[in-house]
Amino acid sequence: MRNVLTIFRRELASYFATPLAYVFIVIFLVMAGVLAFFVGDFFERGQADLQPFFAFHPWLYLVLIPALSMRLWAEERKSGTIELFLTLPIRMTEAVVGKFLAAWCFAGIALCLTFPFWVTVNLLGNPDNGVILASYIGSWLMAGALLAIGACVSAVTKNQVIAFVVTAAIAFVLTAAGSPVVLGLLQGWAPAWLLGSVAGISLLDHFSGITRGVLDMRDVAYFVSIMIAFLFANAILVDLEKAE
Amino acid sequence: MLEIRHLIKHFGTLVAVDDVSFAVPRGEVLGFLGPNGAGKSTTMKMITGFVAPTAGTAIVCGHDIGREPVATKRCIGYLPEGAPAYPDMTAAEFLGFIAHIRGFSGREAQLRIGRVVEMIHIAEVLHQPIETLSKGYRRRVGVAQALLHDPPVLILDEPTDGLDPNQKYEMRRIITAMRPEKAIVISTHLLEEVEAVCSRAIIIAHGRVLADATPAELARRSRHHNAVRIVAGGGDSAEIRAALLRLPAVAAVEAIEDGEGPALLVTPRDGEEVIADVADLARAHRWPLTMLRVERGRLDDVFRTITTAPLGTTAPLGTTAPLGTTAPPSVAPDSAA
Repeated sequence: MRNVLTIFRRELASYFATPLAYVFIVIFLVMAGVLAFFVGDFFERGQADLQPFFAFHPWLYLVLIPALSMRLWAEERKSGTIELFLTLPIRMTEAVVGKFLAAWCFAGIALCLTFPFWVTVNLLGNPDNGVILASYIGSWLMAGALLAIGACVSAVTKNQVIAFVVTAAIAFVLTAAGSPVVLGLLQGWAPAWLLGSVAGISLLDHFSGITRGVLDMRDVAYFVSIMIAFLFANAILVDLEKAE
Repeated sequence: MLEIRHLIKHFGTLVAVDDVSFAVPRGEVLGFLGPNGAGKSTTMKMITGFVAPTAGTAIVCGHDIGREPVATKRCIGYLPEGAPAYPDMTAAEFLGFIAHIRGFSGREAQLRIGRVVEMIHIAEVLHQPIETLSKGYRRRVGVAQALLHDPPVLILDEPTDGLDPNQKYEMRRIITAMRPEKAIVISTHLLEEVEAVCSRAIIIAHGRVLADATPAELARRSRHHNAVRIVAGGGDSAEIRAALLRLPAVAAVEAIEDGEGPALLVTPRDGEEVIADVADLARAHRWPLTMLRVERGRLDDVFRTITTAPLGTTAPLGTTAPLGTTAPPSVAPDSAA
């Protein structure tokens, strides 16, 4: 536990040691605002909620989360520090979890910094703050799931650009699987079980359930199990590939 | 302290390390020598648990790296090849991180960091990001990191690479000072380093141990061991050579020309001492000698002979070193050049 915390602290500090953290946060906030206000008709809808704000999170994460996860292992492999890191007296699980938690916490910080939206909507009306809280939790869980996928991809390459592109592609497939476009294509000819499975693996589907204000345990379990599965794979892949 | 048992590593069809076994007791500095790609670093990576061996294992302080990786890693201080360190951290942050991972916190961590910083002389760069440090300082930060927990076993992959001559001297002094309490393995391709700090040397090529002996013993294998270098200021060199060749103990006389200028090198049969005979002869013939000196044999000769021999022709030398009982022999300061 102590080692997890030590690794977590180092990783989190390393985000802030480079301009990455600030660039990420600024772009995240600006994009979230632009999408919510201009594309999501935040004001014109005349409703006091953050639905248009959260609706774009899956698409925003598609681009931004891989940027957070790409460096987790690829950078260590590139610079050779992985040899130092993994010959320290730590368990592989501690290394994997410590790194993941740092990235996840960073995503949480960026998410918390969107609080002006929440303040605005509370000043303008009486939103259901329970729904908003559930949506924030859902958004953070989704970020965690994508980060776990990204960490896993980052573990098999030295090249951060490859890690970014591959993670973004996987995230796109997972997100788009539940979009009306894909489901519409399947509707009418695909059997119901296929339609159900495709929608079922989609981040979008589970996330939109949560943003409607229902923090369903099945949705939470979905995100948590993605995290666990990919972190497990991450540990195995690092062990297999570390010296290549 | 450190025992390597039949380590083998295959990378696909490439055999990187082929059945390497040796033991290093406390008080010994083992020099790991070999051409690039010989398997030195791979062996070190297996000892420290970074690379899993195809077969065999390493036992460090009674712990098996395969079975108890964390306990084993606790006993080892390791400087990986190229001294990697997190470039965005300052040296102080980096050492703080290592101290924490090694289980020290608060005052204890500060004390330990202070101790290695003083020992390795990195105080002046302590608050600079590692990426801005010179190669020599980076290497020293890497060594400081390996010494932080005062480990009984030290594995240093090219500890003096990139250091200037003064820093090299200093690093060797530090290693020699630590020798009594630790088992130390250093890899290097600097032969003078082996002579300066190592009590034992292992020469490895193509993944195999080709020689395992003290540096002095290795030098003795040189063709030029106990050879006599003479420089005669005048006189007929052909006549001198003929006279020398008539000595029963002399095998060959060659005219050489190296950094020290032209000379005659008298090679004895079977490494016998011939200097007295040569001196007598010179006195009898009144040769105007300006130099008469015994060559101890050069490690680089031996190194070249051993590592360039076709596989299978060199019988491993000195593989008799008994496990754990080798008394540290004194380092012979006998480089002739």
